[in-house]
Amino acid sequence: MLDNFLPTSSEYIRILPEIILTLVGVLIMFLEAVIKDENKKGIFAPLTIAGLVAALIGSLMANGESGPAFQNMLIVDGFATFFRVLVIGVGLLAVLSSIDYLRREDSPGGEFYALILFSLVGQSIMASANELIMIFIGLEISSIASYILAGYLRDDARNNESALKYFLLGSFATAFLLYGVAWIYGATGFTNLTEIRRALLTGSEPAALAGVAAALIFVGFAFKISAVPFQSWAPDVYQGAPAPVSAFLSVGPKAAAFAVLLRVFMTAFGTISSSWVPLVWGVALATMTVGNFAAILQSNIKRLLGYSSIAHAGYVLVAVTANSGNGSAAAMFYLAAYAFTNIGAFAVVAYVSSKGEKYVRVDDFAGLAQRQPGMAAMLSIFLFSLIGVPLTGGFFGKFYIFKAALDAHLVWLTLLGLLNSAVAAYYYLRVLVVMYFKEPGEAAENIPPAGAALQIAVYGSALGILVLGVFPSWLLSFAKMAGLP
Amino acid sequence: MTLLDLVLFLPLIGFLALLLVPKDNPQASRMGALIISLGIFVASLGLLAPYWFASPSGLQFATNASWIDYPPIRYHVAVDGLSLWLVLLSTLLTPICVLVSWKHIDHRVKEFFAFLILLEFGLIGVFVALDLFLFFTFWEISLVPMYFLIGIWGHERRIYAAVKFFLYTMVGSMMMLTAIIYLYNKSGTFDYLEILGQIQTGRLTFDPHTQLLLFLAFFLAFAIKVPIFPLHTWLPDAHVEAPTAGSIMLASVMLKMGTYGLVRYCLPLFPDAARASAPWVVGLAICGILYGALVALVQPNMKKLVAYSSVSHLGFVVLGIFSFTQQGLDGAVYQMLNHGVSTGALFMLVGFMYERRHSLEIAAYGGVATPAPKLAIVFLITTLASIGLPTLNNFIGEYLVLQGAAQSNFTWVIFAALGVILSACYMLWLYQRAFYGKASESVTHHMTDLGGREWAAILPLLILMVWMGTFTQTFLPSISAQNARILEQTQPIKAERIVQAAPPGGVSVPVLAAEAQRAR
Repeated sequence: MLDNFLPTSSEYIRILPEIILTLVGVLIMFLEAVIKDENKKGIFAPLTIAGLVAALIGSLMANGESGPAFQNMLIVDGFATFFRVLVIGVGLLAVLSSIDYLRREDSPGGEFYALILFSLVGQSIMASANELIMIFIGLEISSIASYILAGYLRDDARNNESALKYFLLGSFATAFLLYGVAWIYGATGFTNLTEIRRALLTGSEPAALAGVAAALIFVGFAFKISAVPFQSWAPDVYQGAPAPVSAFLSVGPKAAAFAVLLRVFMTAFGTISSSWVPLVWGVALATMTVGNFAAILQSNIKRLLGYSSIAHAGYVLVAVTANSGNGSAAAMFYLAAYAFTNIGAFAVVAYVSSKGEKYVRVDDFAGLAQRQPGMAAMLSIFLFSLIGVPLTGGFFGKFYIFKAALDAHLVWLTLLGLLNSAVAAYYYLRVLVVMYFKEPGEAAENIPPAGAALQIAVYGSALGILVLGVFPSWLLSFAKMAGLP
Repeated sequence: MTLLDLVLFLPLIGFLALLLVPKDNPQASRMGALIISLGIFVASLGLLAPYWFASPSGLQFATNASWIDYPPIRYHVAVDGLSLWLVLLSTLLTPICVLVSWKHIDHRVKEFFAFLILLEFGLIGVFVALDLFLFFTFWEISLVPMYFLIGIWGHERRIYAAVKFFLYTMVGSMMMLTAIIYLYNKSGTFDYLEILGQIQTGRLTFDPHTQLLLFLAFFLAFAIKVPIFPLHTWLPDAHVEAPTAGSIMLASVMLKMGTYGLVRYCLPLFPDAARASAPWVVGLAICGILYGALVALVQPNMKKLVAYSSVSHLGFVVLGIFSFTQQGLDGAVYQMLNHGVSTGALFMLVGFMYERRHSLEIAAYGGVATPAPKLAIVFLITTLASIGLPTLNNFIGEYLVLQGAAQSNFTWVIFAALGVILSACYMLWLYQRAFYGKASESVTHHMTDLGGREWAAILPLLILMVWMGTFTQTFLPSISAQNARILEQTQPIKAERIVQAAPPGGVSVPVLAAEAQRAR
């Protein structure tokens, strides 16, 4: 009798990445407490990187054992594996780009790495959750670690503001999500996604109840992906948080939130799509437009990237609106390309900003091309990918998204979305303008050479973008295979 | 691997090689760029081989390989009588631009030449791509180096001009991308020839409304690039602010991307919509011809004058294309090449003058013929070519365009011919003000005559002006053969063919009715 409730060994393998990440995180917290300060130097980062690589391998092993785990609470499929690899990869790049940053800001602490690891545990759970309660737990694990990360430099006022804002609005959003979960539980009696789908398919429940639940849950996710009208926290938080943390926050938790958004709406609410597709249509358009037009006005590069990340969330929502296998594959591809792009861009920002993040205005990038041509060229690749110039991953991401949208006969959304990306070109070009067309300013003149870890993160991201831009088919065919039907 | 692949990818290799040249050795960058671009030009001359003794109408040097599996995007390139000459124009002008920039570009030399060679890669790619997606890729790639060429090495308002140039083109591109994806969703392929085949055999049809929208999406992208009035406002800014080499490449080759797109894609893919909107397009073209000429007449700035003359000249090209006659199309394509040669030469000469006197204002010159007689002669020949003097190149093109237009609608010719007269006015007036009269002290002091390097840059263009004006047999047969094919693809008689080829139920009735009406 008891055996039925004891997990089998293959179920443990299915949560191997979460286990590894948790253990390494705890180990770091433990070492932080017992090792003397002078011996700490330079052990946490390699340990974290080793843990992340192990977790990547763990995700692939888990994929070999794919199937449901723990009474259908989790499900390991291609979709889950894709997002697990994605968020862990994001973690890896974020850690690489933080090493120099933390040293520069004189706060090389183990807990930074531990928090990143814990946040990844939550995102990894979200990627594989098949149950609204698990989604909630994953979201909370990820979010709480992220709140602390946003305020990591605790002596910095902006860090504190950023963390507080993120925490207050984030918990507000979670409340919406929970409320939605309660509604759907009340309406169908289930929290498991497949069961909810089955219950809604039989249609004995009032559709209005399910519709309200879907709307509430959507609001919860909309906060996390910074969709309009719940976007206002994003620029403030990305501006205030340490640059590598902003990089991480703008990609990792977002990708995981999109994973659950896609899974919940295409699985559980797939049968009532006619009631939520128009809503998402409007939100997608508003998100793209507000993000892009607000970004035009920004003079702080972190804020600019914050608004740009809102716009990009809008593009991914276009793929969600398509509500098809092609759409989910396009969203997955886009998020992967965007992950490389944004982490890379924020890494260069972190590098240029110098101690105390003195230089974070767009104008501070003046003449970077003449002092650090390599870094400037890489940032150009990131910006071209954000604009969507061919031969970059960002272009193919957009291309697949709008192709999926046209497949779903969303002609107007496609056209408006593409025109939006022409608007976006304007503010990305502004950064290129100061980098290449202006004479070096104070920031560029005093810039030290980049550290090895940062270079790996930046050049690695750029390479990833170019590979996705020239040979996109392997990733897309994987996404199509793994994508939701 | 054909010769064409080599010609296409040599610039990319050259670009990467130039990036490896040490930064503190500008002379090595210059020499490297010259050797690379000359090598590409020599290689590209080999493309002439099949056309030298015959004028085959089909595609030459075709390569069709898979690039991306899903959606099926292919690396499909080839040349025909239309693209061949534009490729050669690009490969010829690149080494000339290297020579022109030899001394003029004195800071960030390595990057300049690297971007120039990268631009060549994008331009050749645009002309040889036969996969819509590949075409779009090159279309966008060519934008990036030009943006930097204007933005870094341009004049005072260069940043404004560069950003305006980029954004204008981007808006058009996005429209075109939407249409390309739509075409793919309907036809299941990006391959241009396959889509064309489906349209020709009636397997792919659009209702008139959809066809018009698709036509407009492509048309807008090309019209911005040409530029067709009233979408031309980016052009004077870009030209005036760009460095000389940038202006030459922009006017001579990049504008042709737009007219090439009209001939290659807009007409055959959407023949009915193109014919239906021809009067409107021709109206805009004539507006452009007259407007460009009139504005050129009052420009105090030489470069701006030449830029507006481009708007006027390109109006002729569009007029020829939308006359839907053999002569009109031949003239239009010939005029694309003519404009590339003669306006390229004009920008170059204006650049030479700027290097000496550091001013683009016509008022700063006067009497230049006295201290620099050779420069004056060369400028005169170029001016005469530009205004269409018989035995020089532009005459042939303009004549053919006007003849073709006359076959379609004689009223068009009356207005267009006014443009020819006006062009003589503004060019000769410019020549008179700049070169005749008494030379002021500063002009005498600054205006040295042409040097050896400058001769090397201008001489090939002068030879071409005479050659293209007197010996059209070298160029026209291959162009004509290809144009005949394109014209055949746009025949409205197609309606009857469809009726015979496809079962009656397969084609929507209104399209047929409309087409039959137009055929009558």
